[in-house]
Amino acid sequence: MLTGALGLIGFIYWFFLGKRDEAGEITTNVKVKVAGGYSPALVRIPAGKEVTITLTRTDPTDCLEEFTIPDLKIKKSLPMGEEVVLKLKISKRGEYPWHCGMNMYHGKLIAV
Amino acid sequence: MTKTFPIAGMHCASCAVNIQRVLRKTPGVVAATVNYATEKANVEYDPAQTDEMKMGEAIKPLGYELVTEQQMDVVTEKKNNEVNRWKWKFIVGGVISVISIWGSFTGMNWGILLVLATISQFGVGWDFYKTTWASLQNRMANMDTLIAIGTSVAYGYSAAITLFGIKGEPYFDTSVTIIALIVLGKWLEARARGKTSEAIKRLMGLQPKTAKVIRGDREFEIRIDEIVVGDKIRVRPGEKVPVDGVVESGETSIDESMVTGESIPVYRHDGDAVIGGTLNTSGTIIFVAKKVGSETMLAQIIKLVEEAQASRAPIQKLVDVISGYFVPVVLMISVATFAGWYVFGPSTSSGLLGMLAGIAVLIIACPCALGLATPTALVVGTGLAAQHGILIKDAQNLEVAYKINHVIFDKTGTLTEGKPVVTDIKGGDEVLKLAASLEAGSEHPLARAILDAAEKAALKLERVEKFEGLAGEGVKGIINKKEYRLGKPLAETDEVKKMESEGKTVVVLGTKGKVLGVIAIADTVRETAKEAVAQLQKQKIEVSLLTGDNPRTAAAIAKQLGIKRYFAQVKPADKEKAVRQLQGEGKIVAMVGDGVNDAPALSAADVGIAMATGTDVAMEAAGITLVNRDLKSIPLALKLSRSTLRTIKTNLFWAFAYNVVLIPVAALGILSPILASAAMATSSLSVVGNSLLLKKVKL
Repeated sequence: MLTGALGLIGFIYWFFLGKRDEAGEITTNVKVKVAGGYSPALVRIPAGKEVTITLTRTDPTDCLEEFTIPDLKIKKSLPMGEEVVLKLKISKRGEYPWHCGMNMYHGKLIAV
Repeated sequence: MTKTFPIAGMHCASCAVNIQRVLRKTPGVVAATVNYATEKANVEYDPAQTDEMKMGEAIKPLGYELVTEQQMDVVTEKKNNEVNRWKWKFIVGGVISVISIWGSFTGMNWGILLVLATISQFGVGWDFYKTTWASLQNRMANMDTLIAIGTSVAYGYSAAITLFGIKGEPYFDTSVTIIALIVLGKWLEARARGKTSEAIKRLMGLQPKTAKVIRGDREFEIRIDEIVVGDKIRVRPGEKVPVDGVVESGETSIDESMVTGESIPVYRHDGDAVIGGTLNTSGTIIFVAKKVGSETMLAQIIKLVEEAQASRAPIQKLVDVISGYFVPVVLMISVATFAGWYVFGPSTSSGLLGMLAGIAVLIIACPCALGLATPTALVVGTGLAAQHGILIKDAQNLEVAYKINHVIFDKTGTLTEGKPVVTDIKGGDEVLKLAASLEAGSEHPLARAILDAAEKAALKLERVEKFEGLAGEGVKGIINKKEYRLGKPLAETDEVKKMESEGKTVVVLGTKGKVLGVIAIADTVRETAKEAVAQLQKQKIEVSLLTGDNPRTAAAIAKQLGIKRYFAQVKPADKEKAVRQLQGEGKIVAMVGDGVNDAPALSAADVGIAMATGTDVAMEAAGITLVNRDLKSIPLALKLSRSTLRTIKTNLFWAFAYNVVLIPVAALGILSPILASAAMATSSLSVVGNSLLLKKVKL
């Protein structure tokens, strides 16, 4: 029983905390699917260029309705099934985390 | 007919060109221009031949959408639908729960209970599964994952007993009651969260949808986004001023309280500025539009408040770290709880007790309360401030404002009206005439005062030759072959001392070292200044004064206002140094200035507080902008910051304490899963409720 429990705990750790988000190519135009989190959750964009991020929410969870990038002071409401277009230009390189309204789902913009 | 529509889906300048081309080809369209930057299309069309729908259809195949007015209201409607959806789910779930509890006590047939529980589990609770599945695909988890797993275990266990005749008692009442209570919590929370953002919704609703524009000799009603700078607009009593502008004719009083927080209606006549979104109460005016669209004061206020509400509070940092680990860790604790009970529990029913304790752990954990703690308070606090004409730039400034223990005021234009007037002239009209001649063309406030006095006395100015400005000392020049100097007194006569000790600024006119006359100038202290200072001191905040005046004038004004400390003879470039000096003494300093000339000092201060100038509210250097230009708003802003931060702290404390205390309690098996769900439902609700209590703060 104990071995089984330890195994399960180990699996939970590996499954949720052991994953590495893959950052794709540097892009100026990206579509983010919002369902049970964000995919992709890591977006690499060029610093100093205007980029377009299109968010589409297909998950009814209410916290996902709110999309916030605190360091850029951006807060958007994502109505179900609608494309929300975000245009931004980040001049300073670095990481800009985003999250849902309750800070449970996370993602990150990396300006390079 | 010409109309402007927002266009959704544009991602490059060539999109604009494409849309423009298609629109122009659409039958009935006379002219169309599409602006990529503003994401708007301006279309002139014949309403008989085409309409919004048809134009929308035309550009849809390209992947763009024409946003009509009706669609803008859809967002609000969707939100209401969401609240209603939770309500209905609760009604269904609640009824099932009551029947199941009653049934389990009265020995109702297990088959019926199973059917009811199935409806609850996969009908009412379907959203939890849907979200869980979507999350797992991203290897993520949230609160719904915990609820889905917790209720599934209780439901699955009970279903197995019922269907396969395994020995034991089913726990249908547990799974259905958990679902009912969680759904109730979600419904109430969705309702309460809507209330937190009421302030900004009210601001957004201020702008009227149409305006009566006079073009040529015709007056017609157009949509507000069709107004262009220079348009003449007529506003009748009871109507709202649509955009920012300057009155051309007529007079009236306008209620500006909704935008600036100024409670008394203001009198406006030709030459006065009017603000879009405010209410015209008495007369009819015609004004010229000066700022439209996103340039208007109201639009800037909304933008600032929205940005502030999206910003990150430094206090939030710990939550950001925890939230990434929360749900997986709770899952692990739940597994450990079950295993612990199974192995170490009392022999007969340890598996069952372990299961119930494990479920209780899953259900009681509430990451939402942590996530909602800061943003809900921030939204209520900044919204409330905006209603009072106080714009707080971001959460960071709010957090520092909480610690402020020293406020330094720039004198001119802040504590005083910034419109100095000549109060005494020694030497008669001749002195005033010569002084005014020397100052002609200068924009310096003191020079303006002298020129105004000369104009009032209808004096004819002399021609000045070899004019020279003496940096910080005054001016000199030759009039009728005689050299004159106008500036700071070179000698401190009793007369000069007396005037200065009355808070007046003294300039002396002289020639060849001989004093010809003395002019004293004073700036009226604002009515609210004394009260604002007193209120700050009551809040145990030190107050000091910063001025370019000499120590005697500074001391007089400081005394008049009840201020103990002053910095006199500070050149504009050195204001920043005074702020740094105070900081060097260990004080947390707020600097109050005009936002334009004081920008470096405002930036240097821990919090810069600026008075809005005209309709311009976006001040880069200021952490707090006072739209109402009322000094009493400063103690108010600091008080509100303190209340908001206190609310954030209480929220965070409860959210942390709740999880830290109750998760172990649940693991020990002291708490039944049903009680756990009740606690969980109230926890996030209490956080939102506590934030809403901010509205009750006495301001």
